[in-house]
Order: sequence, then structure tokens, then C-alpha cells
Amino acid sequence: MSDNSIAISASGLSRKFGSLLAVNEVDLEIETGSIYGFLGPNGSGKSTTIRMLCGLLTPSAGSAYVMGLDVRKDSEALKQQIGYMTQRFSLYEDLTVKENLQFVSEIYAVPRKQRKPRVLELLQDFKLMDQTRQRAGTLSGGQKQRLALAAATLHRPKILFLDEPTSAVDPQNRRDFWETLFELAEQGTTILVSTHYMDEAERCHKLAILDEGVKVADGTPRQLGDDIHSHVVELVDDDPNSIRQALINREGIESITQLGVRLRVLIPKSIAKPIELVKSYLGDRNPNVHIEQVTPDIEDVFVAVTEERRDTQAMQKGVSI
Amino acid sequence: MKSLSRIFAVIRKEFLQLSRDRLTFGMIVGIPLIQLMMFGYAINTDVRNLSAAYVDESETSLSREMISDLAASQVIILKQRVASIQELDQLLDAGSISIGIVIPSDFDRRVIERDRAAVQLLVDGTDPIILGVARQLTGVPVRFDTQTEQLRNQPAAIFEVRNFYNPERRSAVNIVPGLVGVILTMTMVLFTAVAIVRERERGNLELLINTPIKTPELMLGKIFPYILIGLLQLVIIFSMGRVFFQVPIRGSEVHVLLASLIFIAANLSLGLLISTSAKTQFQAMQMAFFVFLPSILLSGFMFPFDGMPAIAQNIAEVLPLTHFNRLIRGIVLRGADMFSMMDELIALAVFTVVTLTLAIVRFSKRLD
Repeated sequence: MSDNSIAISASGLSRKFGSLLAVNEVDLEIETGSIYGFLGPNGSGKSTTIRMLCGLLTPSAGSAYVMGLDVRKDSEALKQQIGYMTQRFSLYEDLTVKENLQFVSEIYAVPRKQRKPRVLELLQDFKLMDQTRQRAGTLSGGQKQRLALAAATLHRPKILFLDEPTSAVDPQNRRDFWETLFELAEQGTTILVSTHYMDEAERCHKLAILDEGVKVADGTPRQLGDDIHSHVVELVDDDPNSIRQALINREGIESITQLGVRLRVLIPKSIAKPIELVKSYLGDRNPNVHIEQVTPDIEDVFVAVTEERRDTQAMQKGVSI
Repeated sequence: MKSLSRIFAVIRKEFLQLSRDRLTFGMIVGIPLIQLMMFGYAINTDVRNLSAAYVDESETSLSREMISDLAASQVIILKQRVASIQELDQLLDAGSISIGIVIPSDFDRRVIERDRAAVQLLVDGTDPIILGVARQLTGVPVRFDTQTEQLRNQPAAIFEVRNFYNPERRSAVNIVPGLVGVILTMTMVLFTAVAIVRERERGNLELLINTPIKTPELMLGKIFPYILIGLLQLVIIFSMGRVFFQVPIRGSEVHVLLASLIFIAANLSLGLLISTSAKTQFQAMQMAFFVFLPSILLSGFMFPFDGMPAIAQNIAEVLPLTHFNRLIRGIVLRGADMFSMMDELIALAVFTVVTLTLAIVRFSKRLD
């Protein structure tokens, strides 16, 4: 664990809640100064994994080291090193913006003389100067989120855990938020962020896709796209519904995702000419259709890897597909 | 240093939140006001087994017979015989007896001649119920072989009751100091019982346990603001008691303050312990009420401790209010020295240390 380039490492990390296996043998290796994403639907184990890495939950099995500290034994020493932004707004709604930040600065025992300047700095950086005396409970979603991030970064942590930070925020604020994250990463902060937005996942340096507590894939967004065992064929037509009807449940068609007039179709790589296959299914009923093979995006990856997992599970159970 | 900074942070935060929480603020002032008015009336009941001591200066067969008759009545339990009236006074002051019996050297002559009362009962009048019992005692017949008939006809002349501490027999004088304890129990336990659960419910705790704050720091920071609030309530109750019910403070005000401080700390620790066990604020309140009822009924606030069955007495000994009632009545009404009731102080201190330790141990900085 002496390798300084690795900020977070985990192996076989698991957590049970009663009989439910919330996180199932997750291995992680996260580089210092990178933004690492957890992508997955609700209940896929993102929050539980983050909580284990913060030392909030004890792993049922496996091990994890954050900054070389064992999350089982050294969780107290870890607290000073990490910042944690909870999924739910967890600052005091009946305190003002400034009072909240002051409280956090005192809790982290920031030296007395530096407290005021640090709070002021954060208020400016996170564009909260006009809300200084406003109660946190009356802030908008975007303002709350900025305040929470300000509080999480107040003590200049080396690692930042963000649990679905943008779930209550409009697109403009989300963009700004990610700008801030990149700035922080540039300064050397390692950021682990969970999300269920595909576009956010695409912005991460690396990401892991979680499904039902299992890490089904990880790597850079591009790597993930290259690694899937499917071609992506995009079809554009005025009548996507009839195309859908023609393709659904046909041999070699893994999944169909509709995006307005566009359909994205996943076809296994074992089929050499995917476009020909699609054309053969369509026949001549959609003469104006535009068919093109495209590079997979994160959503395609997500669909492909989760489908794949379902299939292998079904096969293991002996159910025919 | 860091520790102090964190404790101070929690204290400051609690005060800020309190100043914005009108309901809690209303309770701080409202509960003492309403309770004090409501309990302006007392509840009386029959009592047995009051602890007593006596001085026998005559030492005749008649005096011995009378003492054994009194004991046989079961209204009192004779704890000891002392040599002088001064010693009886001391025992009363320390609260170790409720009734002192003085048999003068010319007891036999007084019984026969009937010119003056033959026996004097020194009664702890801080409790009106005990005073009532003493009056019952005067009805106990004293048999004197030659003049049985005559004595039975005029029993009242044998005893003279002297009411100590509360000569006018006003219930309020007894109720107000008792009420201090009841009000402090209700508010202090309740405030801290919800203190941590509330943060858990609002999600603040998840942030807090992810900071370097240590559990004892959090607990002390939570307790301190309420100690001041408890003292504020103390001042309200005694001021009102003086204005509306003319309740005096006979003992040292410093002792009242010190005894109350320990008692407040005991209740706050108990509240924190509840707070670490409860899942929701509602659950915390239910648990708090579970403490209130025995406190009010068994602590000696409503019914004299001596009159309760052994089991109830044992339960009462665990409750902080029982010990505080003895302390505060002693200091306020008898003018006693706090340190003459060392047992009660120690009991409260032990209770505080044990509950606070349990609360700290039970509170986990993890979510599992």
C-alpha cells in the first residue's frame, strides 16, 4: 500500500445487510488526482461502497485502503484526510450558509486565524457571497449543492467522496459543478463520484459500472466502449416503431434503445456484418432508413454489460433465453 | 486544543439552533410556568413506616411502654435512641428521620397531672403528609394502670406536636422545591433525548460522524448548553415560588445551585443515553416518558418515600429525582448543609458518570 500513485484500493470488498448482498466482492484501484465514477442504477451498491471507503460502514468481507489507511482499523485517522458529500443535504438547515461553514471549520479544527479567510474564500469560490446570511434550508438545489461541496472541501481533503452530488440540480449547475471538480482534480484531489447520469459518467477519467452490488465493468470511458462484446448500429427513420417491431426478439439482436427518431441496436461481435443483418431483417419496408455503425457511448456500454450479466445469470440457472 | 475547538463548535451550534427553535424555547419557559401553577395543590395520603428517633429522659416503665406502643402502631419505625434533643435536631436536619419523640424527665408526673403535654413530637414539616401522620400518632393510647380510663378519654393532652420547618403547614412550601426536580427531569431528559436522534433524522449525523469529532466531544458539546438552560429554569421556578407562594430558601443558595448542577447533569446524561438508543424522535419521547412516570410517582415528590413498599423504594433509589428531592428539600426548607447529605450527592454523581459513559460507548461513529 506504499504506492503513492494509488489513492484508493479495495479487494473483495463486500457488504451484507441481513441476507441482502448489497456489495459483492468489488475490486478497485483508483489513481491519485483522478476523477473516478461509479455508475449504476439505484440499489446497485454505489452508496454502500462509498460508505465503506469512508469508514462509515464496516465491510462484511474483503479489504480497502484509502491513502494507505485501513478502513476497518484507521477510520478515525482517515476522517481528517477525506471529504464526504452525502447524497441527502446534511448541513444544518436552520443555520445560515456562513454559520454552517464556520461550524465545519471549527469541527475540523482549522487554525483559528485561518478560519475566517478560508470561509470567505469558499463563499467566493462557490458563488455563495449573496447567500451568506441566508438559512441553508431556504437555498435552491444548486446553492445547497455548492454549499455542501464547499463544506466537504473546507479542510482541503486529499480525497473527496461525492454520493450522487447532482441529483437535485439543473443542467447549468451540473456543468459548473463538474468544472469545479476538474479544478479540484487538477490541484491533486482524488475524487470518487457516484451518479446515474450517463453524461456525467462520460466525464470521469475512469469509471466502474455497478449492477446489483457487482462491478460489471471498469476502465476509461473509451476503453469500456472498445471492450464491449457488441457492435452498435444506429438507425434513423421517421417511423422508428415499425423498425422496432421488425427487429425485436430476432436472432442476434441484443437490445434496442429508442432515442426520439433514432434507434440504437446492439449486435454481438460474433456477427461480422451487423449492418447487413439489420438490413436483412428490415427487408424493404423502410426504404428511407439511414443505417450506420457507430462507436459505443456509455449508455450502450451500460446496456451491454448489464444485459450480458443477466444472460450469464440466466444460463447459470439453466433457463433458456 | 483541537478538542476544545470541536466542543465549542458544537456548543455554539446548539445555541444558534436553540435561538431559532421557538417551540423548544417556549418549552424552556412555559413548562416551569404551567407546572408551577398546576401543582399549587398537594395530594395527601395515609403513610406508614416513617423513620423516627427518640429521647427518653424519664426512663420509667411507663415511658418504655409508650415507646413500644408507638412502634407497634407501625406508623413509625424507631431507628434509634439518642441522648439529647440537640441530637434529634441534627438527625432531622440531615433528613435521616422524619419524626423525633421527646419524653421529658417528668413524663410520669405530666401524664398523671395532665397540666402540660407529656410528650413532644418533633416533625419534619417539609412534607405535609408526614405532618398529618404525626397528628394521627397523638391518638395512640398510653396505658397507665391506675388511670387507664382517664387517659383514654383525653389522649390529646399526652402529645404535643411541634412542626419543624413549615409551621404554617402550607403545601406550596413543600411542593415548589419538589417541583424543581420534576420540571428539570421533564425538560432536561426530553431535550437531550431528542438531541442526537434529531440530527440522525435530519441527516446531519452522517456528515458529523465523517468529521474528526470524537464521541465524548460531541456529547459534552450537546450537554453544556442545556446545563445553562436548566439553571435558567431553576431561577424561574424559585423566583416564581417566592413571588406566588412565598417559598423561602433557608439554606445556602450556592448549595442549591451546586446540587441542581449535579442533578441537571444526571438528567442530561440519561437523555443522551436514550438518544443513542432511539431510532426516531418519537421513540425517544416515549422512552423519556417511561422515565417521567416513576420519577414523579416514586421519588417522594407525590408520596413520602418512607411509606412505599420495599420494591418501590428500591426502584426509587435508582432515580436521580429521588436523591435530588431529598437534597433540595433539605437545603431549601430545612436550611441543611448540602454536605450533610453526602450519600445523595454521591448517588447523583455515580448516576451521571455511569449513564454518560454508557451513552458514549453506545454511540457509534459508524452506520452499521
